[in-house]
Amino acid sequence: MSIALSPWLVLACPLVGMLTIALLGKKLSPSVAGTIGTLAIALAFVFAVITLIKLQALPSNARVETTSLWDLVNVDGVKIQLGLYVDPLSTFMILVVTGVSTLIHLYSAGYMQTDEGYVRYFAYLNFFVFSMLLLVLAGNLVLLIIGWAFVGAASYMLVSYWYRRDTATAAGIKAFVINVIGDIGLVLGTLFLFKTMGVLDYGHLFAGAHTAFQKDAPELVIAMLLILVGAFAKSAQIPFQTWLPDAMEGPTPVSSLIHAATMVTAGVYLIGRLHVLFEWAPTAAAVGAIVGALTLLIAGSIGLVMTDLKRVIAYSTMSQIGYMIMGVSAAAYVGGFFHMMTHAFFKALLFMAAGSIISAMGGNQSLNNMSGFRKALPFTFACFLAGGFALSAFPLFSGFFSKDTLLFEVGARGGWYWALYAAGYIGAAFTVFYTWRMIFRAFWGEPCEQAQVVIDTGHAYHPAEHTNPHTGNEDDPSTQEVEDSEVGFPGKEHKYAEKTWQMRFAMIPLAILAVVAGVIELPFGITNVLSDFLKPTFADTIVTYMPDNSGLEAFGLILSSVIAIVSLACAYWIWVRKPGTSAAIQARLPWLHKLFINKWYFDDFYSIFVVRPVVWIGQWASDSFERVIIDGAFIGGTSGLVKAGSAAVRAIQTGLIRSYAALVIGGLSVVLLYFLVRGL
Amino acid sequence: MTVNWYLIVSAMIFTLGAAGVLIRRNPLVILLCLELMLNAGNLALIGFSRMWGNGAGEIFAIVVMVIAACEVAIGLGIIVALYRRRLPVDVDQLKELHG
Repeated sequence: MSIALSPWLVLACPLVGMLTIALLGKKLSPSVAGTIGTLAIALAFVFAVITLIKLQALPSNARVETTSLWDLVNVDGVKIQLGLYVDPLSTFMILVVTGVSTLIHLYSAGYMQTDEGYVRYFAYLNFFVFSMLLLVLAGNLVLLIIGWAFVGAASYMLVSYWYRRDTATAAGIKAFVINVIGDIGLVLGTLFLFKTMGVLDYGHLFAGAHTAFQKDAPELVIAMLLILVGAFAKSAQIPFQTWLPDAMEGPTPVSSLIHAATMVTAGVYLIGRLHVLFEWAPTAAAVGAIVGALTLLIAGSIGLVMTDLKRVIAYSTMSQIGYMIMGVSAAAYVGGFFHMMTHAFFKALLFMAAGSIISAMGGNQSLNNMSGFRKALPFTFACFLAGGFALSAFPLFSGFFSKDTLLFEVGARGGWYWALYAAGYIGAAFTVFYTWRMIFRAFWGEPCEQAQVVIDTGHAYHPAEHTNPHTGNEDDPSTQEVEDSEVGFPGKEHKYAEKTWQMRFAMIPLAILAVVAGVIELPFGITNVLSDFLKPTFADTIVTYMPDNSGLEAFGLILSSVIAIVSLACAYWIWVRKPGTSAAIQARLPWLHKLFINKWYFDDFYSIFVVRPVVWIGQWASDSFERVIIDGAFIGGTSGLVKAGSAAVRAIQTGLIRSYAALVIGGLSVVLLYFLVRGL
Repeated sequence: MTVNWYLIVSAMIFTLGAAGVLIRRNPLVILLCLELMLNAGNLALIGFSRMWGNGAGEIFAIVVMVIAACEVAIGLGIIVALYRRRLPVDVDQLKELHG
């Protein structure tokens, strides 16, 4: 198999899987649909590995392969191909995407087993992975935008998957609208680039950027800022972050997929992919880095106070993506993508473990109601610990090395980048706190009612009636909307990892990777697997690739270890040794708690300044403009004209055959006479 | 003899047929008149054919005859159907198909 073929097969597998599942639909038994879906992605992973092997066989200065099926557009100097761009970066991405997605599909096959819409679910899931792969492999900006929009559509379908919940459809619409804002930015940015350079494929864009623009030319900066809007919206960065926590309405494996393998990493990939242009527009890159730093702090602070288990993890994702955006914008490419990879492993794992707990809780997601799951769910506990250690960058776990590589590269640039470096370490402390707050509150202490049920009977707790946890007071199911158990929480049976082999088998490899994946890029150049692998992609960088400064590196590692250990001890003190401490802190600083719990008032701000005015204008338009001008003038006028015209024609249609004959003969005679007279 | 006389006869027959179609109400007679018109056309075609000295017009005349046969078959079929259903055999009374 040649390197020109294998990436197409990577794309084809999920597409074929999606079409098979979607077209056969209800004819498939659920387990078959799950198997097809999982196998399709697993096969895509195999082809991704083949692509990797073929790519590594090329000489290191020529590790780029472009392959195209046909021209989409080829007129007047505009040439857009249906082409792929295979280089170390895109290969790295397809490996992470397909690898983690395979495990998530496997997990879903267990978790969603008794859900009514199981078949539909897998069709969506395969489509999601296909869109992400298209985005990553695209060889020009147009194809990238297509993948980009597909990802947005797929996320909409999956977030509002339980469509009979009003809250879920509202969350899906929110995600879609914000993503479309990002799409507009991306399209406009692309047009700006195209206007000056006249090309859209990566090869020409990268080669021509330095001659087409001055360094930091205003047109280039504007184009890159618009493209950043797209990246921010997809990666849930400030100010476009509000959709991500609401996207927790989707089934837990979907959250896992959105947060780990697909979707939110797209922004990071985009900045890394266009690094030549971003480096040539340092102002735009600086905006990206600052927004990333702000996001990682703000999201981390919100994560400290959220009580919905899945939302804490969602804010943690936002914060970690903030690190990556900051990293790749500040030219910390190895660190950024290294962290993206380890984050994919431990975040997918944490969501899977959270799904297992939520199942055992009978659909209740509030940390206030959870405690003592350590004995009830030992396997989930072990996985959550592995993920938690990695997320909180505990020494020697994967997240430790990746976060430190990232911050080291940022810090090594000196100058104002020190501020980002400091923000990164403050955010690291937040990370430890919210991670261990989750773990201590969910797993330590006396078993709660639901955990006791699991310990006593060996079955998940089933509430008398199912409620939608996103309505009413999240701690008290009796205030929540009752829903029928076929919608909303997965099916009639609740599957948790201890009892479901698919879930266990998906979590074990991720747990191992979350612990050991750091070995591919150890500090002080002990191992350089990732930096060597990505080097051909970033060979043209004008910033030092992997700086050499072991003093700074050692300082970072020590600082990071101290932060992790001290914060962990503090967290242990706050939530285990003296359980009242957090309430006391909250009582001392009510305004801060209020700011955090209200998500820094971003949602309220948008509601007042964007949503309500738009709704008001829409209401006005539908009441007056549409009724008078559209209905009255346009539609009424047109149909009135047609009616009058047809009434005139209808008068001739008498039904009398002889009058028709008279008309024909009379008409012909007139024509004949005309020609005769004219001819004379 | 020039072609003029043929054309004059043809025009007369055609006008007769057209007048018949317009003034008669019995569909059978209307069909007969249509035949007259078609044959007037045939006469003109053959006249022209002679004038030019080639066979094209004659071929056309044969085609017209075939079409006339078809038309008569359908027309008579309709008239028989009308008769069987005891509908009035009068085109002025058969005027339901109006706008």
